[in-house]
Amino acid sequence: MRFMMWLIPAADGDGAPGNGLDADGVATMAQYNEALWRAGVLVALDGLCPPSMGARVFFADGRPELVDGPRSGTMGAPAGYWMIDVASLDEAVAWASRCPAAAGEAIEVQRVQEFADLAADVQQALARDDDGRVDDASRDALRRHPVGVS
Amino acid sequence: MSVTDTHRTIDAVWRIESARLIAGLARMLRDVGLAEELAQDALVVALEQWPQTGVPDNPGAWLMTTAKHRAIDRLRRSKLLERKHEQLMHELEHEQEYARSADEAALDDPFGDDLLRLIFTACHPLLSMEARVALTLRLLGGLTTEEIARAFLVPEPTIAQRIVRAKRSLAKAAVAYEVPRGDELAERLSSVLGVIYLIFNEGYSATAGDDWMRPALCEDALRLGRVLAGLMPREPEVHGLVALMELQASRSRARVDARGEPILLLEQDRALWDRLLIRRGLAALERAGKLGGALGPYALQAAIAACHARALTSEDTDWPGIAALYATLAQVMPSPIVELNRAVAVGMAGGAAAGLELVDALVGEPSLRRYHLLPAVRGDLLARLGRVDEARREFERAAGLAMNRRERELMHRRAQACGENASPG
Repeated sequence: MRFMMWLIPAADGDGAPGNGLDADGVATMAQYNEALWRAGVLVALDGLCPPSMGARVFFADGRPELVDGPRSGTMGAPAGYWMIDVASLDEAVAWASRCPAAAGEAIEVQRVQEFADLAADVQQALARDDDGRVDDASRDALRRHPVGVS
Repeated sequence: MSVTDTHRTIDAVWRIESARLIAGLARMLRDVGLAEELAQDALVVALEQWPQTGVPDNPGAWLMTTAKHRAIDRLRRSKLLERKHEQLMHELEHEQEYARSADEAALDDPFGDDLLRLIFTACHPLLSMEARVALTLRLLGGLTTEEIARAFLVPEPTIAQRIVRAKRSLAKAAVAYEVPRGDELAERLSSVLGVIYLIFNEGYSATAGDDWMRPALCEDALRLGRVLAGLMPREPEVHGLVALMELQASRSRARVDARGEPILLLEQDRALWDRLLIRRGLAALERAGKLGGALGPYALQAAIAACHARALTSEDTDWPGIAALYATLAQVMPSPIVELNRAVAVGMAGGAAAGLELVDALVGEPSLRRYHLLPAVRGDLLARLGRVDEARREFERAAGLAMNRRERELMHRRAQACGENASPG
């Protein structure tokens, strides 16, 4: 089963990507990534730019509202993620515990939802044919949308 | 942390560390069976101590140190304290220092070569295929005997026996604990790849039982394949096998419906195919090709899987391309099963009659006598040619031969469908 491990920084990164990362820290993290890779459990990983370089689309009353630029109140935005494929939550936690994270950082471990986790009627809805106007990749994303909303 | 929590943590640590632990010990002791026993002993000590002391910072190194102490004790007690053993003890004590310095670089991988030796030993051709599979899952996958038994629907004592006997055979034959070189490497590597792919396939389409798929086995095989690709990055067929497994696994979600019934490839909802695994599979296939391995049997099968993965709809499938790849595969790895698959592809590319001609040539083939997919394919081609009565008989035969309940039911349904469409008289 797959797990997402979100690396949550102690405080929001600010400014340029890579801000706050030193060569030693990056090298240690690279070793950790390699350990995941060597164990055959790593599926994907990325570092993420700080929220100040991104944007937030907020649905205050169900309508989208763009919030961009430097902002506060977005604590908890991840600085990166790993997707791993392991046998249990315990094993995922064991891997997360080995991360050379800095004081105050956290790793959020979440199992990737699988088709079988969904209620039968939801599975039915996802299997419904559409009119064929969307290409498969986008349709895949579309169908996964309700999966992300709990 | 409660005792239960600690035990769960230990299980997880075991799953992560056991292969390296056994591999390292086996190098020092030159005995895989003894290495596994000592690793298990260390696990028992952890189960006793960690609930009180807490989980150590570097659980892997802790287990290794504990197992080494046990090894030294055991050798001291043993009456066989010959020169050889003294030498071994010296080595073990020396290793102790090495382990301490290795603690600091805990995430480094000084055990890569040991792991490779362990893989080649577990998949040694002197063992039966069943024994290789059980030993590989046990030593490399960190699975318990019970887990292996459950995965293969075999009683636990049978698996335990199989493992004991396998370890005994390895000891008796004094199998060298090393990675084969030169000419031997190709043959031995093909055994390793065969074992991993067999594990994958047992998970991908179970040969027996109620469930058609056992995803955990697929995941175990994929993990082993990825580990091997990291250890032998210059071997094209390793990447070919990984590509094949990633591409096939990408379809897992689409292969069964909500009731657990199998869905055939061409009828699958391709939106459910896993794009991430497809991307990984295509990248691994490219790596195999760049290393000059495009014509290896696994790379060729992966290339066929890639043709399906690239087609956005089943109508877009490059059937002539697939038929050509099967023709090449039939030369590289001649087998009636490959021929049967080629017949399917030819049937799709050039019409059912051409495919049927190839299948008919296989009908007398002894190795396919009990293979349910032969009548299943023949039935399909006959049905497409409108020869529904013959088709129905073939589907019924296929149902009679299928070992898996889900597949059996699918064949019955297809037989029934032929009956409904049959014109009266």
